Amino acid sequence: MVLMASNEQEDHTASTGMPAGGRGETRFPPFDPVNFTPMLIWLSLSFGSLYLLMSKIALPGVESILHTRAHKIANDIAEANAFRARSEEAATAHDKTIADAKAKALALAQETHARLNAETEENRLALDAELNARLATSETQILAMKAKAMGNVEAIASEAAAAIVLRITGKPAGQEAQEAIARAIATIKA
Amino acid sequence: MAEENTLDPIHQFTIKPIVGLHPFGIDASFTNASLFMVIVVLSATALMLLGTRSRSLVPGRVQSLAEMAYEFVASTVRMGGGHDGMRFFPFVFTLFLFVLFCNVIGLIPYTFSVTSQIAVTGALALLVIGIIIVYGLLHNGTRFLRLFVPSGVPVALMPLLVPIEIISFLSRPVSLSVRLFANMLAGHITLEVMGGFVVSLLGAGVFSVLAPLPFAMTIVLTAFELLVAVLQAYVFAILTCVYLNDAVHPGH
Repeated sequence: MVLMASNEQEDHTASTGMPAGGRGETRFPPFDPVNFTPMLIWLSLSFGSLYLLMSKIALPGVESILHTRAHKIANDIAEANAFRARSEEAATAHDKTIADAKAKALALAQETHARLNAETEENRLALDAELNARLATSETQILAMKAKAMGNVEAIASEAAAAIVLRITGKPAGQEAQEAIARAIATIKA
Repeated sequence: MAEENTLDPIHQFTIKPIVGLHPFGIDASFTNASLFMVIVVLSATALMLLGTRSRSLVPGRVQSLAEMAYEFVASTVRMGGGHDGMRFFPFVFTLFLFVLFCNVIGLIPYTFSVTSQIAVTGALALLVIGIIIVYGLLHNGTRFLRLFVPSGVPVALMPLLVPIEIISFLSRPVSLSVRLFANMLAGHITLEVMGGFVVSLLGAGVFSVLAPLPFAMTIVLTAFELLVAVLQAYVFAILTCVYLNDAVHPGH
């Protein structure tokens, strides 16, 4: 009986949405206590089931997705960093190899340069010495020949002077003339 | 009668029973409000479960929506309650999602807005405050009562300040529920009135040329109400976090 009555009353209120004519009062639906009980019952059912679905199934699922992604990103970044470190290492090693090779080449070049310089200098000195020696021998030779030639010149000159004296005077040069010629030659030589 | 209902902005809030259920003499009828609560639960579940079903590393649209909701609420809870507050994360998330879906689904024409019922918002607000009181007392014991005693205040001022703190605490569920309820109610009434103008003007002979004006206004208001719907769900969630922070860390 009671159930029927409340049902009828609710049906009536709900179907018109306006106060029932007989009650003579305006009842705004959100403030109508008749609606409260079924609404609260269904609210607790729906909110409770949503809470259970979210807390037991949905949120752990999303959390694991986010966790997996964060993990994957962190792993990838770590891996990328490791690769970068390796490539940097390789780059420094490469640079070092190049620098070493350059230094070696430079040292070799300098060494070769110095060696060649030394060789050239040595050759030059040897040549110099040889030339000097040859020059010295030539000079002594020249001096010797000069002295010899000068000796010959003296003999020739005295012979020529004697011949001149013989031609002019008609008789060979005497002791006195011989001495005069020798004196004259010595004067010329001096 | 039908004409009258269309122009009556209150009509949309009417509760109509779909299946009358009266177990143990309690009225538990499945009404249009109940129907939309179930729809809200099903849509929210669909977003969170079906959207994340593929569990892809690079999320699709629905999955990134679900992840955004998760991370948004998680950051809000962490901001409000710190690490200890994270135990309330499922609750705040459910609350946010429920209110958001109620608000947004209610914007679709011919639907029912569950959050425009003060009983619903009031029950949710009381649930929040109830959890705060129960958890605060269980977790912190009498230290929870320090919530009402501002620190660093002369003892002489306490008789004045403690009642103010108590009143402000008690007004929280009221403001929490009335804010959401009033926003939804007012928004829907405004939309209905604007829509009603369009219908009235169309039936008013030469004035029907003016009908596009309220129609354009309805479009603008619908966009605005969408903002309000999301914003109020956010406000509800963030205030819940702020209040929960009191339960986790009492004392100012």
